[in-house]
Amino acid sequence: MSTFIIGFDLLLGAGLLWLAWQALFHPKPFAAVVHFMAFGLVMALVWVRLEALDIALAEAAIGTGVTGALLLAALGRLPNGATPRLALRPWQRPPVALALGVVLLLGLWLAWVAWQLPRPGLSAEVTAALPESGVRHPVTAVLLNLRALDTMLELAVMLGAVWLVWSLGPELRPYAPATALPGLPALTRLLHPLFLMVPAYLLWRGSHAPGGAFPAGAVLGAGGVLLLLADAVPWMQRPDRQPLLRLLLSTGLVLFLGLALGGLLLTGTFFAIPVAIAALAILVVEVAAALSIALMLMACYLYGEPGR
Amino acid sequence: MSGFFALLAALLSGLALLGLFRATSLLRRILALNVLASALFLLLVTLAHTEAGLDPVPHAMVLTGIVVAVSTTAAALALILRATHSHHDESDP
Repeated sequence: MSTFIIGFDLLLGAGLLWLAWQALFHPKPFAAVVHFMAFGLVMALVWVRLEALDIALAEAAIGTGVTGALLLAALGRLPNGATPRLALRPWQRPPVALALGVVLLLGLWLAWVAWQLPRPGLSAEVTAALPESGVRHPVTAVLLNLRALDTMLELAVMLGAVWLVWSLGPELRPYAPATALPGLPALTRLLHPLFLMVPAYLLWRGSHAPGGAFPAGAVLGAGGVLLLLADAVPWMQRPDRQPLLRLLLSTGLVLFLGLALGGLLLTGTFFAIPVAIAALAILVVEVAAALSIALMLMACYLYGEPGR
Repeated sequence: MSGFFALLAALLSGLALLGLFRATSLLRRILALNVLASALFLLLVTLAHTEAGLDPVPHAMVLTGIVVAVSTTAAALALILRATHSHHDESDP
């Protein structure tokens, strides 16, 4: 059994290295992007192997699904003329080789040092604080209660990215392959119940097992990108619905901030959630965060402000 | 086992840095940054295996990191698209 697992690990490692090489150095950009998406899928298997199921779910939906869709959409709009290749002059070659060698050595050294470091970890502390957090899954407890400030700032970063993308100009109309591919709207309609059911299940699971707001929001966002492709969410582009869209985009962040300030009022500490209401408060914030994450992923896919 | 995955993370980050510095197109540079982020996440999660059991804090950090990485990718791609589009408009009015 252990030889089987070692062989599986070696296969995963070799596959990752080969896919990363192809994604970085394949001459055709399209092939590079497809190799990168496959890299994300193999990475999800590695997360399963390392017992990080939450990350595996998020990586499969975001790292492969949404990032791949973003990259492919951008690739179709980029001019496909070959970029001029900068040739190195002969005297430049030794310093470049030296720099690359140093980078590789530094990387290996960093890994070795990181491996040697004493790592007491925080698992004992998290386990001790778990009964007071309102949920039973340690990762969800860290994300939404113990280190909720990080999660709130991360939602703010995402909202900032949407702000930047939208401030660049009106949206680039997503290609509507619905006319070229008549099966796409039908397929979307068939898959849509699944895209609603899976996030709901993941959200419900998040309190006691791997799952929660991030994987749920990622799956919902991936389904939303498919809806955008099939031109099935026209309300996002309607000018009179823009205030509603902005409200929904910021719901996650606003509720998080409300939770933090409520904790300040009730207990005198920023982000201290009283134990009695922790489970309910975390559930509400998780639903809002998942919705906001899904909509923000869709908003990024528009590559510009809709309804302008 | 953790040694193997730490070595894998090191090799992947070396590869990604090589790609980042050698890239000629901006899209390739974004791919390299994403591979580099994946390698760092792999290192973090490998280090989460401690004697006392699984440490959930690096897992939570990586989850937020994945979402920040996709936001960064979207913002960078939008900037590249705008840059090339305005270039086009100037060249053929």
